[in-house]
Amino acid sequence: MKQPLFFVMFSLFTSLLSMGVVAGGNGVVLDTADIQLDDREAIQRGAKLFVNYCLNCHSASLMRYSRIARDLGMSDEEISRQLITTGAKVGETMEVVILEEDAKRWFGMAVPDLSVIARARGVDWLYTYLRSFYRDESRPWGVNNSVFKDVGMPHVLWELQGLQAPVMESHTDAQGNTSEVIRGFTLIEKGALNTAEYDAAVRDLVTFLAYLGEPSKLQRLALGKWVLLFLVGLLVLTFLLKKEYWRDIH
Amino acid sequence: MFDKISRHLSDLREWADERFPVTAFWQDHLVKYYAPKNLNFWYFFGSLAFLVLVLQIVTGIFLTMNYKPDAGMAFASVEYIMRDVNWGWLIRYMHSTGASFFFIVIYLHMFRALLYGSYRGPRELLWVFGMLIFVVLMAEAFMGYLLPWGQMSFWGAQVIISLFGAIPYIGDELALWIRGDFVVADATLNRFFAFHVIALPLLLIGLVLFHMIALHSVGSNNPDGIEIKKQKDENGVPLDGIPFHPYYTVKDMVGVVVFLIIFSAVIFYAPEMGGWFLEKDNFVPADPLKTPEHIAPLWYFTPFYAILRAVPDKFLGVVAMGASIVMLFLLPWLDRSPVKSVRYRGPWFKLALSTFVISFIGLAYLGTVAASPLATLFSRIFSVLYFAFFLLMPIYSKLDKTKPLPARVTEK
Repeated sequence: MKQPLFFVMFSLFTSLLSMGVVAGGNGVVLDTADIQLDDREAIQRGAKLFVNYCLNCHSASLMRYSRIARDLGMSDEEISRQLITTGAKVGETMEVVILEEDAKRWFGMAVPDLSVIARARGVDWLYTYLRSFYRDESRPWGVNNSVFKDVGMPHVLWELQGLQAPVMESHTDAQGNTSEVIRGFTLIEKGALNTAEYDAAVRDLVTFLAYLGEPSKLQRLALGKWVLLFLVGLLVLTFLLKKEYWRDIH
Repeated sequence: MFDKISRHLSDLREWADERFPVTAFWQDHLVKYYAPKNLNFWYFFGSLAFLVLVLQIVTGIFLTMNYKPDAGMAFASVEYIMRDVNWGWLIRYMHSTGASFFFIVIYLHMFRALLYGSYRGPRELLWVFGMLIFVVLMAEAFMGYLLPWGQMSFWGAQVIISLFGAIPYIGDELALWIRGDFVVADATLNRFFAFHVIALPLLLIGLVLFHMIALHSVGSNNPDGIEIKKQKDENGVPLDGIPFHPYYTVKDMVGVVVFLIIFSAVIFYAPEMGGWFLEKDNFVPADPLKTPEHIAPLWYFTPFYAILRAVPDKFLGVVAMGASIVMLFLLPWLDRSPVKSVRYRGPWFKLALSTFVISFIGLAYLGTVAASPLATLFSRIFSVLYFAFFLLMPIYSKLDKTKPLPARVTEK
């Protein structure tokens, strides 16, 4: 009696699991960003890229310059000289002056704030997205993106990466319909960096965005082991106390 | 010197006792409250639920000091807590992780009652108070989830409140009345905040008090499901009872520390729990014009959500979802077995309980995935099995072949 029941339950569960796999995939394969959140220099390099390329349209209005200075071990003076281009004070948050109506006219939508974008999208998505712009003359800015189709954003890092064209491949699905999908890219216009250098720069930028999403994460991870160590010690004591009291019960 | 101090202390106690029953309370509820000596692992979750309640209230008070219940400021104020408030990130993660742990602990606590028949007479009211706590807790969690004002907060609330719209005649007006606006908006956020931080916690504390009073009046059940009060010594102390303090206070302390280890591991190393405790989409501010691709409630509501979706008609779906919770209230009167504990029940109950647990977990999973024909089919099968557990209980619990009960509790 028990075995057939077990078999039925087992097959129920495997079919449930396979359902999850089917439901989970949305087609885009993401590259692994492989960031090191404790690499302060990478965060610093990423911060400079962020300020120079992103912070003209995208704000990070939940983050203060002074917090970055504190976390990266920089002085207020250094941070003002290296990161603040707008005349903001170090205690202020990273705002931009772009008007919402301008943004809507230029890009078709209000430009999202990037404070917690790494937590909403994930670092792998950002890393792949920033490396997946390609030439598409049908789009207003002349570029499209294979991760975020018909995105309103222009290829801001164009002068670093250069311009790429998609390599297409025909793909036939289970129903026999053939469609063209992007398999990869070829560089058609050189930028200031070669591919490896550009990937490294994007990794730095994504590292900064990950830090920006949760600046207290390093503190959290560092504190965690001490809390757990304390609790394990407390567990030994409470267990011995319980054993001592319960000796006379039975 | 010490004699003098202890004399003063006992004078102080006498002084207090004449004005307030300090000693009587201490004795009635701790040192002379006798709990069965064979309580096992499953009995940790009651005290743990109380611990989580206290944690949620304390962290909630501190969050309220910096949170802004305003549609224009709520999202940023949560991130302000995460960044600019000293230890704000820790308090916020404790609260968000605490919400999920509350349900884990409560579900295990309820499962214990199913295993050992703790809902059976004379504990029917104890069970009903517990179920009311569960219902209020669901409302508390649902309203709290709107407060961060992210996309999932907004759209989750939008979907759940729109369910009231399915009620014939008054539905739309009722949904409008709950929201205070035509869509979830600032007015909704304000009232949910009021309910989340004042009304429901007050109700919750009151119900927990009633739950405890009922428990201490009838006494704890135990894994054998027999009444220890039937066998007493010459002083009226149950033969199988031991004083709650110190025996169960020191035992519960071990449970508390184990719980805190797991709780802290999540807070410090996986506060999002892969999107199960804090969803990715909730890091995008609420946008009434942009519907997320996939809206699912948080994991602890998904079994009931799956039952809702399993029914083709929206109104009947809401009825089925409500009925799935009402069923739990009726358990004490559905169970006709001569024994309480699973240890002495026959194969039918064991089969029914295993099927119920598998259906519940299956529904919990199905409530998280996007609707597909296969998912709907499974949701329907599991929903039927869920209800069958309750509706057929008067029959199978009576027919079941039970084992004879021991006179005294057994070890382990």
